[in-house]
Amino acid sequence: MDKFRMIFQFFQSNQESFMNGICGIMALASTQMYSAFDFNCPCLPHYNLAYGLGILLVPPFILFLLGFVLNNNISMLAEEWRRPQGQRGKDPAVLRYMFCSMAQRAMIAPAVWLSVTLLDGKCITCAFCTSVPVDTLGNASHSRLPQGEIQRVLARIPCKEIYNGQQLIANEVAVRYLRCISQALGWCFVLLMTMLAFLVRSLRPCFSQAAFLKSRYWSHYIDIERKLFDETCAEHARSFAKVCIQQFFEGMSTDLVAAHCHLPRKAPVDTGEAAEKLLGITDQGTMNMALKSWHRCKPPLHLNLPALPTGNGWAGEGQSPTQPSAPRRETAAYYSWV
Amino acid sequence: MDRFRMIFQYFQSSSESVMNGICGLLALASVKMYTSFDFSCPCLPQYNMAYGLGIMFVPPIILFLCGLILNRQSLVMLEEWRRPQGRRKKDLAVIRYMCSSVTQRAMVAPVVWIIVTLLDGKCLICAFSGSMDPEKFVGFANLSTVQVQELLARVPCKDDELVRNSTSRRAVSRYLRCWSQALGWSILLILIIAAFLARWLRPCFNQATLLQARHWSNYIDIEQKIFEEACCEHSRLFAHRCILHFFESMRQEIKLHSFSSPREGEGAEEEEDLLCGITDQDQVNKLLKTWYCEKPPLDVSQAHQR
Repeated sequence: MDKFRMIFQFFQSNQESFMNGICGIMALASTQMYSAFDFNCPCLPHYNLAYGLGILLVPPFILFLLGFVLNNNISMLAEEWRRPQGQRGKDPAVLRYMFCSMAQRAMIAPAVWLSVTLLDGKCITCAFCTSVPVDTLGNASHSRLPQGEIQRVLARIPCKEIYNGQQLIANEVAVRYLRCISQALGWCFVLLMTMLAFLVRSLRPCFSQAAFLKSRYWSHYIDIERKLFDETCAEHARSFAKVCIQQFFEGMSTDLVAAHCHLPRKAPVDTGEAAEKLLGITDQGTMNMALKSWHRCKPPLHLNLPALPTGNGWAGEGQSPTQPSAPRRETAAYYSWV
Repeated sequence: MDRFRMIFQYFQSSSESVMNGICGLLALASVKMYTSFDFSCPCLPQYNMAYGLGIMFVPPIILFLCGLILNRQSLVMLEEWRRPQGRRKKDLAVIRYMCSSVTQRAMVAPVVWIIVTLLDGKCLICAFSGSMDPEKFVGFANLSTVQVQELLARVPCKDDELVRNSTSRRAVSRYLRCWSQALGWSILLILIIAAFLARWLRPCFNQATLLQARHWSNYIDIEQKIFEEACCEHSRLFAHRCILHFFESMRQEIKLHSFSSPREGEGAEEEEDLLCGITDQDQVNKLLKTWYCEKPPLDVSQAHQR
């Protein structure tokens, strides 16, 4: 129990490292997703841009939402935000802190996807191959094709096997150019993200350290309080269930005695505890009836019932259920504890 | 349990080894990043230099910033630097020591990237092939300047149709690679000699101050970790107490409103305590609803005054 508490405490205090772990796993998953994805540029003038930009921007959005979904604390944030005020005031700084820390973690996987896509170059090559500057890189004056035809030829740049514009502009030259631009964009994006992260992390101790400590403590407190409350409720439910079932079996044993006028075969002296545990049910037929009654007619969720009939219908289908069982119950209660 | 506590304590006391571990991982990550990065020189006169030097210098900046971000001690140092003086004086020597140790560790991964880049040679070939003097190499003799520039720019691209079988391309490439590797090895040698001298000669200067600075920087780090742990423990106890009081107040409310006598069973006493007087479905529902609609105030001293 102590060991369990110690491990629980470790995870509580390292909840941040647990979240960081999930964040890292998602980043790796996004790299894996990209390498497993089979990129197929359509090589048609208007579809290239849509496809390329779609692959560049839609998966990050999905990964961002997934980052929020997989974060356990989102329900905690929503609950804290929407609860009625009651006797405890709400601190917007705490809510902001919780939201910011979740958003920061959720942004890592999309940023990884964007960087990997840009550094690889296929998406940008596919999306912008029709905008290659043919005048500087190729021989625009050489061929007198109409504009539409030039666009169609350029659109086939990513698909080397069907490219037929070698006189217009060499395929390798165009691909190298687009790749260079894509990789430059990729590195600039990574540099920008890293600088942003660095600024966010290093400016905080300079400006609002006290407020930060407060928000962090209370957001942690809310989380722990919720978990402890769930634990306490689980314990309570356990005790509740135990007493409820004990009362059910007692009721069973009472009805059994009353219905069959069954003297117990066991001698009261030597069995004691075992008899208590058996609660008066000592043969297969009786047990089967107890199980059937449990299924058909569960006891009400009300312990400490003063003088209600058992009403669980066990004690024989023929008997009338409205028989006053209070006096019988009293006798049986004393009887079963003997 | 004891072993777990010991491991925890070990990590607490060796934050230096944790930081060294992170530093090593970042250096390995930088090598892996370089090998998995697909370097493709644009082979165009205006773009080569920008691309080559960009790949050589931008990732080191990124790695340096990453090294600062991932190092916990940089945050501790900043907090120590910016905190109000209060009743504890600030020791600049400690802050300087922490700053230098953080910076040194953060510089390892960028240096590894630059050296790997130089030893590989592709970046320098891409960046400086256009600045070569064509007279040094045969094969550029009877061409105009523009054509020479064009050919030189394509030297890094082995499979380009213009320079595929050109011996002068291979000559330029070998020449630049030789320079690049020489530069790489020289930088490595200089850095290692500098590190060696710094470590060897340090005990000759200010050893006492250094020991003090190291001790107090370690202390500040541990103090902050223990404070965070104490806060966690405190919030757990606070929450526990708060919830128990909540259940207790519910029990009292129920006692006030219902006049039924409690159950007479002798054997159910401990269960009674655990149940806190909440013994039917409506009461449980009411408890849960009250928990949501009216959380108890954050003040566990009230129970003593009730």
